[in-house]
Amino acid sequence: MFEPVLTRHINEPEAYTLDFYVRHGGYQPLRTALGMTPEAITDAVKRSGLRGRGGAGFPTGLKWSFVPKDIPKPKYLCINADESEPGTFKDHVLLERNPHLLFEGCVIACRAIGATACYIYIRGEFFHLQEQLEAELVKARAAGYVGRNILGSGVDCDIWVHRGAGAYEAGEETALIESLEGKRAQPRLKPPFPAVVGLYGCPTVVNNVETICNVPVIIEKGPEWFAAIGPEKNSGPKLFCVSGHVKKPGVYEAAMDVTLRQLIYDYAGGIREDRAIKAIIPGGSSTPVLLPDQLDVQCSFDGLVAAGSMLGSAAIIVMDETTSMVWAAKNLIHFYKHESCGKCTPCREGVDWLYNILDKIERGDGEGRDIDLLLSVCDNIGGKTLCPFGDAEIAPVLSTIQHFRAEYETYIRTGESPVHSDFRADEPVAAH
Amino acid sequence: MSFHPQMPYGEGWHKSERATAEPGPPFAFSAEHRAQLEELCTHYPPERRKSAILAALYLVQAQQGYITGNAMRHVAEVIGCTAADVEDVVTYYVMFFTRPVGTYVLQVCRTLSCALNGAEQVTAALCRHLQVAPNQTTADGMFTVMEFECLGACDRAPVVMVNNEHWHECQRPEDVAGLVDGLRTGGLASLSTCHLVKERT
Ligand SMILES: Cc1cc2nc3c(=O)[nH]c(=O)nc-3n(C[C@H](O)[C@H](O)[C@H](O)COP(=O)(O)O)c2cc1C
Ligand code: FES
Repeated sequence: MFEPVLTRHINEPEAYTLDFYVRHGGYQPLRTALGMTPEAITDAVKRSGLRGRGGAGFPTGLKWSFVPKDIPKPKYLCINADESEPGTFKDHVLLERNPHLLFEGCVIACRAIGATACYIYIRGEFFHLQEQLEAELVKARAAGYVGRNILGSGVDCDIWVHRGAGAYEAGEETALIESLEGKRAQPRLKPPFPAVVGLYGCPTVVNNVETICNVPVIIEKGPEWFAAIGPEKNSGPKLFCVSGHVKKPGVYEAAMDVTLRQLIYDYAGGIREDRAIKAIIPGGSSTPVLLPDQLDVQCSFDGLVAAGSMLGSAAIIVMDETTSMVWAAKNLIHFYKHESCGKCTPCREGVDWLYNILDKIERGDGEGRDIDLLLSVCDNIGGKTLCPFGDAEIAPVLSTIQHFRAEYETYIRTGESPVHSDFRADEPVAAH
Repeated sequence: MSFHPQMPYGEGWHKSERATAEPGPPFAFSAEHRAQLEELCTHYPPERRKSAILAALYLVQAQQGYITGNAMRHVAEVIGCTAADVEDVVTYYVMFFTRPVGTYVLQVCRTLSCALNGAEQVTAALCRHLQVAPNQTTADGMFTVMEFECLGACDRAPVVMVNNEHWHECQRPEDVAGLVDGLRTGGLASLSTCHLVKERT
């Protein structure tokens, strides 16, 4: 039986306070970690099997080990609290209800990579969390858990919250670094990777909020305990965001042997008005849609890849039988068109074309060749951009065409959607 | 030859929308905002003041409501970079306004999870109620309606953000009159704000 780890106390009103956290064993792992060598901390994280929760599932300990030990430059840890992948709202819960777990993880991670400064890059829209985060930081600093000479160990590590200003691309790690340097959030050419040349040209690790929140747990309970949760190579507790046409949308913590069916029906209460599912996005808008006959796949990094999609940010968006797939693809392409940073031509121009073609089909002016044109434009974007944004933006188009080509064809032939959606406006308003 | 041979490049689909910012009235930070900015700059290495550009621009908005050419030049001076560096940033991020906006900017999320729960209807109802189109401001200068992309609160869909900071969640088309009246009479305190998890579950 899985017991929540990261969200165990979140429903208790005082859970976010330093007092509560310390009373429940908080900052003990930090004491343990201060007595460990940086190599031993990294090794424990490696053995735990922890994989990044930001989207790519990269092994965290391995990422840390890429930071060069012997160069005299400062090193930095950046926490990715940009949480902008449509459908994702899990880091918000941790930032709101368990900030000290994050701070503790930051200090331990900084010790592992030799950093003395950590920036929490929080999306501008989460401003309502920033005040509380900063107030709790002040308390953690005063109690000696953050700042200079932490708990008398001689280790220094300060944490700052940096507010973004509305840009999805700022979640991409090199774009995040650019934004932190006070520039447009546009990605850098890799290599060099941030672990060698990152913030201010110094070695930098970028990790997701949830990833770092797992670090104190690994130190406290041990890597073997952690590795035993969930399937092999997909270890540890995981937060899932379930939204869309479900009765009880929310953040649910489970081991990664949980299935889509369990998350949608057991945790999120099933589909509104008990309708049938049409399609499921399993890991945020950038991951290919799955079909209802795939409900029994395991929601793990490897399970979802085997099913033809990805775990991504574990954002499950459920669409019921009344959803038009052409409209859904257009809705998401509108997002990508709005958010494309403009640096790479295929992504910037291609997404505009995708939008225009989808819009044309949706207006009833589609032509027979449009589906192949969409596929051809996608083919000119995928794998041809500096960052994975290009691959992300084509996923909704490619996967809806793959699974619902007949619906596209009917839409084009008849000039109208074959399904009626009661959640749409009769006449959507046009921006001025 | 265009990037994609079958697409008509330059025939109406692609036009530069670049517009330079209005210079606006003279601008300088108030003593209080300037002090806040200097404190924020201490979060970064001394030679990296540029990292505080975003923070400086939020302070401009707090002081003047939107960002003008003169404000960008002032930010460039106090940060120690070029005005072009600042303009580059202002024109990139969606939370910076380069035109005057209403006292309350109503930012309705339009992305998938909100749209699946009726966001289109909420925007339509709000626009009808206030007699404006998205990105327009009401004649009395009170309200601007904007469409926004996913705010990261999809379990509380549809979500409306007000003035870049305050959340109002689980909106239905029939709620918009109450939202508007509440802001008129009770200000920002009338918003539901971000719900604590205990209320969510
Ligand atoms: C377009 C784009 C947007 C991204 N947005 C986020 C985000 O909002 N939050 C996040 O943690 N990672 C995001 N990522 C993934 C990051 O680039 C990076 O892989 C991650 O922060 C690494 O942390 P992890 O190893 O702990 O997962 C995004 C990636 C791309 C390409
Ligand atoms: S889709 Fe509206 S908050 Fe995510």
